[in-house]
Amino acid sequence: MADALAGAYTPPGFVTAVLGKAVNWARTRSMWPASFGLACCAIEMMATGGAHNDMSRFGMEVFRASPRQADLMIVAGRVSQKMAPVLRQVYDQMAEPKWVVSMGACASTGGMFNNYALVQGVDQVVPVDIYVPGCPPGPQSLMHGIMTLHERIKSGEIVR
Amino acid sequence: MSKPSDTVPGDLEAPDFNEGASPADLEPATDDRHTVHDLWLSGTEAPRQLGSFTHEGAQEMLHEESDQILSSQRGTIVEDDFEGAAGSGDDELQIINMGPQHPATHGVLRLHIELDGETIRRVKPIIGYLHTGMEKTAEALTFMQGSTNVTRMDYLSPLHNELCFSLAVEKLLEVEVPPRAQAIRVLMSELNRIASHLLWSATSGFDIGALSMMIYGLRERESVLEFFEKTTGLRMNHNFIRPGGVAADLPPGWQGDVMGIIETVTAGVADFETLLLGNPIFIERTEGIGILTREECLAYGVTGPLARASGIDYDVRKVFPYSGFEQYEFEVPTASNGDVYDRFVVRFEEMRQSMRILEQVVETIPAGDYRTENRKVTPPPRARIDESMEALIHHFKIFTEGFRVPAGETYQAVESSRGELGMYLVSDGGPKPWRLHVRGPSFAHVQALPMMLTDSLIADTVAALASADPVMGDVDR
Amino acid sequence: MTAAPANLAATVEAFSHVEFDRVLGDSVARVPREDVVGFLESVRAAGYEMFIDLCAVDYLVRDPRFDVVINVVALADSSRLRVIVGVPGPDSTMPTITSVYPGADFYEREAFDLLGVSFEGHPDLTRILLPDEWEGHPLRKEIAIGSVPVQFKEANKAQ
Repeated sequence: MADALAGAYTPPGFVTAVLGKAVNWARTRSMWPASFGLACCAIEMMATGGAHNDMSRFGMEVFRASPRQADLMIVAGRVSQKMAPVLRQVYDQMAEPKWVVSMGACASTGGMFNNYALVQGVDQVVPVDIYVPGCPPGPQSLMHGIMTLHERIKSGEIVR
Repeated sequence: MSKPSDTVPGDLEAPDFNEGASPADLEPATDDRHTVHDLWLSGTEAPRQLGSFTHEGAQEMLHEESDQILSSQRGTIVEDDFEGAAGSGDDELQIINMGPQHPATHGVLRLHIELDGETIRRVKPIIGYLHTGMEKTAEALTFMQGSTNVTRMDYLSPLHNELCFSLAVEKLLEVEVPPRAQAIRVLMSELNRIASHLLWSATSGFDIGALSMMIYGLRERESVLEFFEKTTGLRMNHNFIRPGGVAADLPPGWQGDVMGIIETVTAGVADFETLLLGNPIFIERTEGIGILTREECLAYGVTGPLARASGIDYDVRKVFPYSGFEQYEFEVPTASNGDVYDRFVVRFEEMRQSMRILEQVVETIPAGDYRTENRKVTPPPRARIDESMEALIHHFKIFTEGFRVPAGETYQAVESSRGELGMYLVSDGGPKPWRLHVRGPSFAHVQALPMMLTDSLIADTVAALASADPVMGDVDR
Repeated sequence: MTAAPANLAATVEAFSHVEFDRVLGDSVARVPREDVVGFLESVRAAGYEMFIDLCAVDYLVRDPRFDVVINVVALADSSRLRVIVGVPGPDSTMPTITSVYPGADFYEREAFDLLGVSFEGHPDLTRILLPDEWEGHPLRKEIAIGSVPVQFKEANKAQ
């Protein structure tokens, strides 16, 4: 395993380390979500963008309709079998670096609907970085999930 | 794409959408009946790769359709007011796709729209992107658990769904719900109507271009959600109204909370009306748009604020009263033009009438039980379980096996924020429903979209769709 | 036939073999499938103008296997009517009612999609809620719910 890693990682020099940190910091500071609200969780996502729990303080209230302009896809709601190809297509259209937050129980694991119609967890279709539990997760839970994502990006744990 | 196995539960394969998805493997998805429009892509991606994934086959709008389908897509089945494309040849017509991921389709609704320049000629809604198999799930859950499933259908008015389900079960059980429980149900139901209309005004205003409506509407709604959280424990999808009554009594001080909500929302609605209804831009964008005539509403089962804006005076709370609504004084606002403007007027007035009902509930709510005494249906109080063996057994039976509902079938309707929400419940005498069919109001409204949209401009699609207030959870279940 | 609502006197006369019933306060009529279009036309002319719902129920071991249930409302008289049509299992088709109530279009497609009941004469009987290439009709009683076994992290350790 050491051989596999040997060529892959070179310790950064002083300038590139600071630059790397700056880039990570910038990536978290205005992470624009793609609007992918599907069901009940979408309403809580909208409430998170509202005035009471303001997502705009983190530079995130601009939900981009076009996935090309978005960094973060918050899959908010249950993903049916018919919707899964659409989800994958929207994810593919997003430009790197991109992250996915699976919001709610239905997106994370299929939730209470363990049946023929739903994809049991959106991670069957797209790679997920953060799972936010709840049915639906309140705005504070969603904020906590997004903050966790920001922390992990800033620390370099999740790269893209 | 793999499909679930037919008879053995539990060997469902997770579909792998990346299987064989390299560009070389995919066949171009054209045949005689369909044309896939090429997407312009940068040189790194193969053409046709993305288009074929989301192809919906025979459910899409086709270029050649039978006359009957054409008349339904043109919205002329009830009234033939279609004016043919003057001067545009067939090759100038273009079918565009709107959704299912779209900021203004209010959920995952997909519309195929045939355009002649800017004018809409045909519309075909394609639904099913939020199909959750809730009717099948309802057959696997007991009647006590049924509220948790049903509440997530129309997720903007969860309490209405729960109320309809509970009323249907109680009808089959033939149990009486105590008057205090009925009053609590009315209270929660009207608060939910206000919350739903506030969210609707927020998103509709936002779609039409009044961007600040989003902030204002959500702000007023937060006060209602705070009360919901205090009473039911959750902001949405409460599972509060259950067969037999409600899950818990109202918290102390609720009268002050409700009066505070009434004050806030009254001021808010007055603000919205000033902001919107007199605004010349708003009037231009909404008057005469998305008209539904009375005959079209009747033929398609359009109910609720849409029907009332077209002049049909049908409100289930007045015509087929339930849960004690007949004792409260309130009016049902109607309008005559059936356009988007009238729907705004009707919904704002409905919020005021709901607040009138809330005031009456606060004044006249009787003391008493918040759920029926019938211990075969509602669980006993927790303290009794330590004292009485019978209470322990009842609790155990209700939460493990579930209470049995006598065999029979019934249809129960309530007036949800969107229209008539109905449930057809069939029981076979066991602890779980045999069949639960939910008549969602938005299903009929989405079906009526061609009639609202044809022969108008593409820019009016968003306004008309917003005014129809479809909730896809209701449509697809 | 005293169980029939008063406004349906003409219908009762024209369709004397149809049974009317009062079930838990609702008016219900059981109509054989050959007569359903004529019956509904007569009902609609009697004032039941508003179409509310159409759904299908699978009774599996009963004959006829399926029930198609149609709900309509008469606004003038404030009354509801439920029309139930029995559809046998092996030959699960019935005539479409879209000629009487155009709003039944999507509802019939849904009954076809989820339960496999076909409607003769329906202009566009395709799937509506499930993807186009889906096989089977999930709400039928012989088809399981399709659940996935839930794997708990400690499952292997416990053994």
